[in-house]
Amino acid sequence: MSGLNELYQELILDHNRNPRNFKKIENADKLVEGYNPLCGDHYTIYLNMDGDLIKDIGFQGAGCAISKASASMMTTAVKGVTKKEAEELFTKFHALVTRDVHDNNEANIEELGCLGALAGVAEFPARIKCASLAWHALHGALNSEGKAVVSTEDSKKD
Amino acid sequence: MKTQSQSAVTEIETAPSFDVQRIREDFPILKQKVHGKPLVYLDNAATSQKPQAVIDTLTRYYVGQNANIHRGVHYLSEIATYEYEKARGKVKLFLNAADSREIIFVRGTTEGINLVKDTYGRKFIGKDDEIIISAMEHHSNIVPWQLLCEEKGAKLRVIPMNDRGELLLDEYEKLLNDRTKFISVVYVSNSLGTINPIKKIIQRAHERGIPVLVDGAQAASHLKVDVHDLDCDFFVFSGHKVFGPTGIGALYGKTKYLEQMPPYQGGGDMISSVTFEKTTYNVLPYKFEAGTPNIADVIGMGTGIDYVTGVGFEAITAYEKELLKYATEALSNIEGVRIIGTAKEKAGVISFVFGTVHAHDVGTILDQEGIAVRTGHHCTQPVMQRFGIPATARASFAFYNTIGEVDALARGLRKVKEIFGA
Repeated sequence: MSGLNELYQELILDHNRNPRNFKKIENADKLVEGYNPLCGDHYTIYLNMDGDLIKDIGFQGAGCAISKASASMMTTAVKGVTKKEAEELFTKFHALVTRDVHDNNEANIEELGCLGALAGVAEFPARIKCASLAWHALHGALNSEGKAVVSTEDSKKD
Repeated sequence: MKTQSQSAVTEIETAPSFDVQRIREDFPILKQKVHGKPLVYLDNAATSQKPQAVIDTLTRYYVGQNANIHRGVHYLSEIATYEYEKARGKVKLFLNAADSREIIFVRGTTEGINLVKDTYGRKFIGKDDEIIISAMEHHSNIVPWQLLCEEKGAKLRVIPMNDRGELLLDEYEKLLNDRTKFISVVYVSNSLGTINPIKKIIQRAHERGIPVLVDGAQAASHLKVDVHDLDCDFFVFSGHKVFGPTGIGALYGKTKYLEQMPPYQGGGDMISSVTFEKTTYNVLPYKFEAGTPNIADVIGMGTGIDYVTGVGFEAITAYEKELLKYATEALSNIEGVRIIGTAKEKAGVISFVFGTVHAHDVGTILDQEGIAVRTGHHCTQPVMQRFGIPATARASFAFYNTIGEVDALARGLRKVKEIFGA
């Protein structure tokens, strides 16, 4: 598959057209805004927690196909898992999209399930922030009380 | 001059003498391939490419002329000083200023605006005074004035625009009042391409004795600028958008204002004499040029100006007008494309949205075709808010772009459509 076809594969386009959990959760336990001031991508992530368990998650907002599909896939991946499991997924996902495509280490896609579809992002350095925006927001939400705002430029996050 | 090939370029009938293929030969970067495709550089509003003459000037300076200026009696210092001041003369002619002393070298448009804000602004604008800008300013002509308003308790007023991206002059006139102390407006919008009726804006302001700064960042590469005819009080532009190096630009200011203004930065070169009790400042323009300036790039900017004036603004404006017309039609014919910024008077900038496909995705797909466009808010977030869109893709042209490149852009957009099924 060429880089472009891999980046915009059907699963990603489908999540972009029909984002899952694209909803506002009234009275959410946690609410975090994630935005990229450089391009204007902007999402709000809503979380309802049961102790350490992510009971429900929703998101709203606007951005490019990569950021929206990634947010959508993330919600399906972390719904019903613990905070610790979600953070572990983030670490693996982050490693996947920021890996050096020029070294020969095969990306570890299997254990990431549908999130592996975003592996092609690593070939487009300018788009890594798009893919990781929602995850940074989730990370911010899980580690704060109530409301928070996360920007991709806070500490030049990838 | 080589004979014109049967390329699409010859279709431009109104500018038959304009040999774009020959001009392209002067820009080495345009020969390269990107992702295996010929580079189609349509991001000229962000920065222009550099002709070989500018690159050679920088090399020649560092190989044979480099020395500090205005302070040496030796050979190299004299040459470097001569070249540096010669470039000031070129900028003076380029803008049709009355005197070289009215040309101050700065890092670029942003620093030029900040200089005026920090010196003229801090001295003459106070509590409850008003500063007028327009709805289509670049952040660099919004934020400095906001900072000043915050510092002084002054107010920022904004000239609104219509849905085509044209300023509403009636509304502008309503904003003018006895508290209006300064006006800072853009000549050509970087995100909409609108050429503003800057002369009229200045006339109305001058009827009330209000000084006007013109942000000429986008104008300087597309239009013949004449500060004498415009009668603007300040004019700012960046060298890198006029085929010169990055990190250099110029501020033009009328002598009567520059003389009243306090220095911008303190340091060497901007003084006449220094004691621990009192310092007297140097004359214009040196009062505003503290420290060793960006000598090489000033000289390089001079060569960029030589190049563009050599091509000639009459030819440039005519050619770019045809290019813009062709591109506007080509893009309008693609289903789903909506052009943002449809003013009657426009320079070679086309901002657009494409169905539901986000500008970033458009940009990535075009890049794979070797086509460079800018995507995002173009440092004009209020413009995006005005049109209710998060971002646009923007194709911006220079006189070295061709009809064939516009066709490549249209093909690239059809590819976007294919991928997204939009």
